[in-house]
Amino acid sequence: MKKIIIIGAGVIGCSIARELSRYDASVLVLESNNDVACGTSKANSGIVHAGFDAKPGTLKAKFNILGNPMFDRLSKELDFPFKRIGAMVLCFSEQDFPALTELYQKGIKNGVEGLEVLMGDKVRELEPYVSDKVVAALVAPTSGIVGPYEMTIAYAENAYTNGVSFEFNKKVTSIKQSGEWIVECEDGSSYSADLVINCAGVFADEINNMVCDDKMKIVARKGEYMLLDKTSGYIAGKTLFQLPTAMGKGILVSPTTHGNILLGPTAVDVDDKACTSTTVEGLNDAFSKACMSVPTFNKRMVITQFSGLRAHNVDGDFVIGMSAKQGFYNVAGIESPGLTSAPAIAVHVAKEVAEHLALGVNADFNPIRKGIKQFSTMSDDEREKAIAENPLYGKVVCRCEVVTEGEIVDSINRPLGARDLDGVKRRTRAGMGRCQSGFCTSRIMEILSRELGIDMQDVTKFGKGSNLLIGRVK
Amino acid sequence: MIEKNLIIIGGGPAGLAAAKAAYDEGERDILILEREQNLGGILNQCIHNGFGLHTFKEELTGPEYAGRYVKEVVARGIEYKLGATVINVTKDKVITCVSEAEGLAKYKAKAIILACGCRERPRGGINIAGSRCAGIFSAGTAQKLVNIDGYMVGKEVVILGSGDIGLIMARRMTFEGAKVKAVVELMPYSSGLNRNIVQCLNDFDIPLKFSHTVVDINGEGRVSSVVIAQVDEKLNPIMSTAEEIKCDTLLLSVGLLPENELSKMAGVELSPITGGGIVDDDMMTGVEGIFQCGNILHVHDLVDFVSEESDLAGRRAVAYIRNGKISKDYVDVSATGGVRYVVPQKISRQTDCATLKLKMRVANVFRNKRLVVEADGEEIFSKKRPVVAPGEMETISLNATHLDKIKKASKVVVSLKEA
Repeated sequence: MKKIIIIGAGVIGCSIARELSRYDASVLVLESNNDVACGTSKANSGIVHAGFDAKPGTLKAKFNILGNPMFDRLSKELDFPFKRIGAMVLCFSEQDFPALTELYQKGIKNGVEGLEVLMGDKVRELEPYVSDKVVAALVAPTSGIVGPYEMTIAYAENAYTNGVSFEFNKKVTSIKQSGEWIVECEDGSSYSADLVINCAGVFADEINNMVCDDKMKIVARKGEYMLLDKTSGYIAGKTLFQLPTAMGKGILVSPTTHGNILLGPTAVDVDDKACTSTTVEGLNDAFSKACMSVPTFNKRMVITQFSGLRAHNVDGDFVIGMSAKQGFYNVAGIESPGLTSAPAIAVHVAKEVAEHLALGVNADFNPIRKGIKQFSTMSDDEREKAIAENPLYGKVVCRCEVVTEGEIVDSINRPLGARDLDGVKRRTRAGMGRCQSGFCTSRIMEILSRELGIDMQDVTKFGKGSNLLIGRVK
Repeated sequence: MIEKNLIIIGGGPAGLAAAKAAYDEGERDILILEREQNLGGILNQCIHNGFGLHTFKEELTGPEYAGRYVKEVVARGIEYKLGATVINVTKDKVITCVSEAEGLAKYKAKAIILACGCRERPRGGINIAGSRCAGIFSAGTAQKLVNIDGYMVGKEVVILGSGDIGLIMARRMTFEGAKVKAVVELMPYSSGLNRNIVQCLNDFDIPLKFSHTVVDINGEGRVSSVVIAQVDEKLNPIMSTAEEIKCDTLLLSVGLLPENELSKMAGVELSPITGGGIVDDDMMTGVEGIFQCGNILHVHDLVDFVSEESDLAGRRAVAYIRNGKISKDYVDVSATGGVRYVVPQKISRQTDCATLKLKMRVANVFRNKRLVVEADGEEIFSKKRPVVAPGEMETISLNATHLDKIKKASKVVVSLKEA
């Protein structure tokens, strides 16, 4: 059987792994972190873009347009949160009309459906909290929102149950070719493959440059965000963009699939590709610009901040395809609209790789993945049934998001389950509410310790070195 | 649907005192719903002493104080359920509760006392920039890990905020061999009790830096240092004063927020200042038959006052159950002139109480002032206060004469005036 190694378990690596599991091959995903979705895939806007922003003729435009319509079916197949809520690009001055028109034209050229330009009053009729200064907006009904890490986890779980292997804490340090490809990791382990797919996100240039003469440069472009409490009330029903700039799509205000409001991201190129810290300037910038779209924001509504790094290819477009070295395949520079494009990229890459390796079909492939049964969104009858089936569903652990012990145990014990606090959080939402895990931290640590059979002191926030405890009391 | 006369949500100090009082007032059909596996609430993790000086005239630890009330509740045979989380309350007083033992249960109550306590303000609520690594805990989370679970959370500690839990944890961590390098407070004064500053910081030479804040957190897996800086009068950091402190732990004690999610579901109107319900002299919210007491109503610094307030709520809930709806005509009580808020926010002209306590907090540290109650501009009460501070709740005890004047007034105002 042909062996394939995918480097990186973000949304790109995991979606390609899942699409490749339709074929008869031995697929291994190597991830440097303790879990899937630990890089860009866990900290981004979670937008399924309509496709009016990408430059016509680019891979970004192509895969955006192909990817967007796939979400309705995919989100059902893989059971991840997705809502097609539509988007608006707000225009604050008549001087910017040409830019707005240009965006509309680009959208038409890219084949985006349903675009229309509305004047200010009509915009406020649809979104009453939008600033009085808005004179017009481009409305894109096909835009949507998705849970980005839930989507990545769903892809990974489905890949796993269809036979893909995952290895975590495997930082790739060298890739050599001697007949087959030998991939070596920092911990001394090595793996061989007939084909290597580089999905290493912000580190994709380092991976490429280990192999290819044609060097690549990926810049980490930091985006800082603020998340508002669910109880902030109605602020926007659609994603509200501002006119894009050279650095990206500007500051957006958007509902999330869980009913919070997200504002951000800023866009600042940073040297340290591991640095996802937030900054005072960045957060202030995100907030003040978001207030241009919706002036009624109050910092008291904020429950958390985070930042993510976009993998910006200095050449501008996605890099997708076999490199000059046969058997080394790049999927790099996947910044926005990367999340939207991921499903289409994955299908495309899997097909190319299957053809290259002449792979047969995996007759046992099952496209369906069921997520964790979410207590908070059940009806009372469903809740009663869930507790009758599993009494742990009657034990609420995270009070803010109403997450039960049943869900947390499932998140740990399911395929590719959570192994740390952040893993539980991303799978169940425990700790994502207004108290930000103040009450549930110790409970979840106990559950992780019990289910994984590890000592409390070995429970981490996100693996390597992120231990929460340093010892026993005297 | 199970029918009950009185359901108390929360089995901490507020809920226990309310239950005891309601029983002693003659009510027998009481149910306490508690989400944790023990009664007593947050007191169970407060193993330091200093509780009960007012209530029992002796110094108890948190678990001892809770234990006294638990004993009273158990002795009276008051029904309670543990591991029972209330997930919904309606204004018609229907409660949805889930538990491992009983699944999903619905209750209909004649009266409800919300005694859900408060939660800590998280890092996100104060927008501290920096790494999102491990080693950042709210003081109460660290207190639980240390005192209940028996684990140490760090060796070198910086504490942001001088709230009481932060001060208590500074001492606790020191006892356990950790080095508390600084307590950093944004304001020019502490939000904690003076006695805690003396007993928890001064006695251990832990520096308390007023008008400072944390501006950055460094660390990959775990915190490696924090950067603190002085702030100007507008509370903006002065970056030229920035100073890096090596540490592995940052504890946050930056405020407590009344936990009013259930109140909101029931349609209870909340005060934007306290974050708790708006109540009358019976501790009843704007939703008839739904009462509040303890830290869900406003954050207290002494549990003794929680018990006292909850005793009143328990008794008045029973009166409500007996008499049903009493039409009430209210006098609004408002705070101004250095007083941030006053609870209760309204007094019924029909009140049959002979005495009433008004509780309040001031907005800053003031010296040589008088706390004054005015009814339609007439000063009906005055009390000299050499020093008042935001960290210490102020109380005014009104007697029948005061109340008579209040009942006739159209407006009551509490303020600080020159002595």
